[in-house]
Amino acid sequence: MAQDRFQAPDYYLLDELLTDEHKLIRDTVRAWVKKEVSPIIEEACQKCEFPKHLVKGLAEIGAFGPYIPVEYGGGGLDQISYGLIMQELERGDSGLRSTASVQSSLVMYPIYTYGSEEQRKKYLPKLASGEWLGCFGLTEPDHGSNPNGMVTNIKDKGDHYVLNGAKMWISNAPFAQIAVVWAKDEEGVIRGLIVERGMKGFTTPETHGKWSLRASATGELVFDNVQVPKENLLPNVKGLKGPLGCLNSARFGISWGAIGAAMDCYDSALRYSKERKQFGRPIGGFQLQQKKLAEMITEITKAQLLTWRLGVLKNENRATPAQISMAKRNNVNMALEIAREARQIHGGMGITGEYPIMRHMMNLESVITYEGTHDIHLLITGMDVTGENAFS
Amino acid sequence: MKILVCISNVPDTTTKINFSADNKDLVTAGIQYIINPYDEIALTRALELTEASGGTVTVLNVGDPSTDPTIRKALAIGATDAVRINAAPRDAYFVAKQIASHAATGNYDLILTGRESIDYNGSQVAAMVGELLNIPSVSICKSLTVDGTNATLEREIEGGKEVITAPLPLVVSATEGMAEPRIPNMRGIMSARTKPLNVIEPVAVPQLTAIAGYDKPQSRSQVNLVDADKVDDLVNLLHTKAKVI
Ligand SMILES: Cc1cc2nc3c(=O)[nH]c(=O)nc-3n(C[C@H](O)[C@H](O)[C@H](O)COP(=O)(O)OP(=O)(O)OC[C@H]3O[C@@H](n4cnc5c(N)ncnc54)[C@H](O)[C@@H]3O)c2cc1C
Repeated sequence: MAQDRFQAPDYYLLDELLTDEHKLIRDTVRAWVKKEVSPIIEEACQKCEFPKHLVKGLAEIGAFGPYIPVEYGGGGLDQISYGLIMQELERGDSGLRSTASVQSSLVMYPIYTYGSEEQRKKYLPKLASGEWLGCFGLTEPDHGSNPNGMVTNIKDKGDHYVLNGAKMWISNAPFAQIAVVWAKDEEGVIRGLIVERGMKGFTTPETHGKWSLRASATGELVFDNVQVPKENLLPNVKGLKGPLGCLNSARFGISWGAIGAAMDCYDSALRYSKERKQFGRPIGGFQLQQKKLAEMITEITKAQLLTWRLGVLKNENRATPAQISMAKRNNVNMALEIAREARQIHGGMGITGEYPIMRHMMNLESVITYEGTHDIHLLITGMDVTGENAFS
Repeated sequence: MKILVCISNVPDTTTKINFSADNKDLVTAGIQYIINPYDEIALTRALELTEASGGTVTVLNVGDPSTDPTIRKALAIGATDAVRINAAPRDAYFVAKQIASHAATGNYDLILTGRESIDYNGSQVAAMVGELLNIPSVSICKSLTVDGTNATLEREIEGGKEVITAPLPLVVSATEGMAEPRIPNMRGIMSARTKPLNVIEPVAVPQLTAIAGYDKPQSRSQVNLVDADKVDDLVNLLHTKAKVI
């Protein structure tokens, strides 16, 4: 990729709504992405390789568990800080942000929120430091949008559980040391367990051939009579609200992350439109290109405001799952549309790895599907405003 | 070792500069401020030195409260504590006097600055501080090592490099090559919250200079393109319009 000349748009001077510490955190991650991620990410995606060497740096900049209390190795930061970190990481690449989202919201969050004190002490510091990576197993081959239908199950064998089943599309699976796995007990109640690599009967085959999130490893989790010690059950949650609580936190981060990808596409398109000349003038001087750019910055600004407000509500513990759904749905779709328009502004160059656009666009095709599809989030808003369930 | 690093708060390198209608002030709205990049090099070298052989790094800024975020960033990068001399930095002499008056009581072994600030590019402060404190001062150094009570410095000069030794205490201004600036980490940002930032009032300094006004560079004039096969037109233009032949 050509040199990273990113400059973040802030059309409504929203920086004034952030604290000095928010800005320091954001600018730190931004500088780190420019220095460590931009120079290597294009090649990593082309080769479909997870840039493992970045894990330590991700931990150092606080991308793993920023809002987890300091005593467990987290950053003890607020939700807006978490959002800003996700925004800047996804400005670099959605795959990298996915790794951080999974680690923070889908692995550390459930262990912190639903785990015992021993579990918190055993796992959280190692996850925060990046010594261990975790993954989150909810989706199954036959149960995606409808996780309640899951068939993965545990049987109580006195001093341990026996786990059977399979999970699919699991980010970080191929190299994760632990997996937070959701399975039904003998009464059909969804429970969470921490499954560790090395447990007999537990394998994590990698999913190949992805055109999206190529810098993030995805795989399956296969459980063939895995004996899981009882102390690995998350004691403090039962039912679908367990995984949904995690998704709430991750979706919040994604709604910020998507803005990062959109900003990068917009910034690149704006610069290109000023530098690229056709018919004797910069293409940015033509109305058709201006329409695209003007609509992009309008949508980015709206998304920034939406997300900032959501962050304030989340800090006050008042953000509802439906509000988070609205932000995830709106922002990811906004980013994807901006990526598509930005790609056209770049003309033929837009399909190459010289510019980040095509990579963002392909990545966002996953982001619009995982953590609740675009359709499912619409149904959540629909149900919230009408009181009618249109899912089934 | 006790090191003082003087940092200034400057507009980000990508800032578009605009002046007020009377051309007397910089328009600061919307400007992002950063630690002067050369000062960041000095700060990083100071941290490397104290990490290797112990000591403290104090950062000092002459500025009003709006510079606190820049100071916090220096603390996040690793400085031990900070001093802000509560005054707008009027000119180089004013700033040097403030630094010298603080440093005179601080018992510092080394006082580091950047080679110049990237906003006003004066390059005067380091030498003035040395003079005011009556200690040696070496400008624009690309390398600094300390051995006991002596420092060795390298400077780039026309056609080669100059190696200088000088006893501590000493003032050094840093340029590229002395150290590679660091990105703060989360631990650093968190610990910066509670590190001391002492605000002290300025000493009185006579005003020696005043800014009469600013001007932007003149925009480049229009280029006339003449077709390669129309040499007569070119000669005509050079004669009648440019009046050079
Ligand atoms: C790269 C990647 C990484 C992922 N990482 C993880 C992970 O770490 N952990 C994890 O557990 N999962 C992960 N997932 C899985 C992801 O969450 C699921 O793909 C997603 O929930 C959708 O499920 P599905 O693919 O089975 O699609 P389906 O549920 O089969 O949906 C197919 C289509 O039908 C639509 N649809 C479904 N139900 C309805 C309805 N009631 N009304 C209207 N339309 C409907 C959907 O919107 C979609 O358009 C990942 C996916 C990808 C692509």
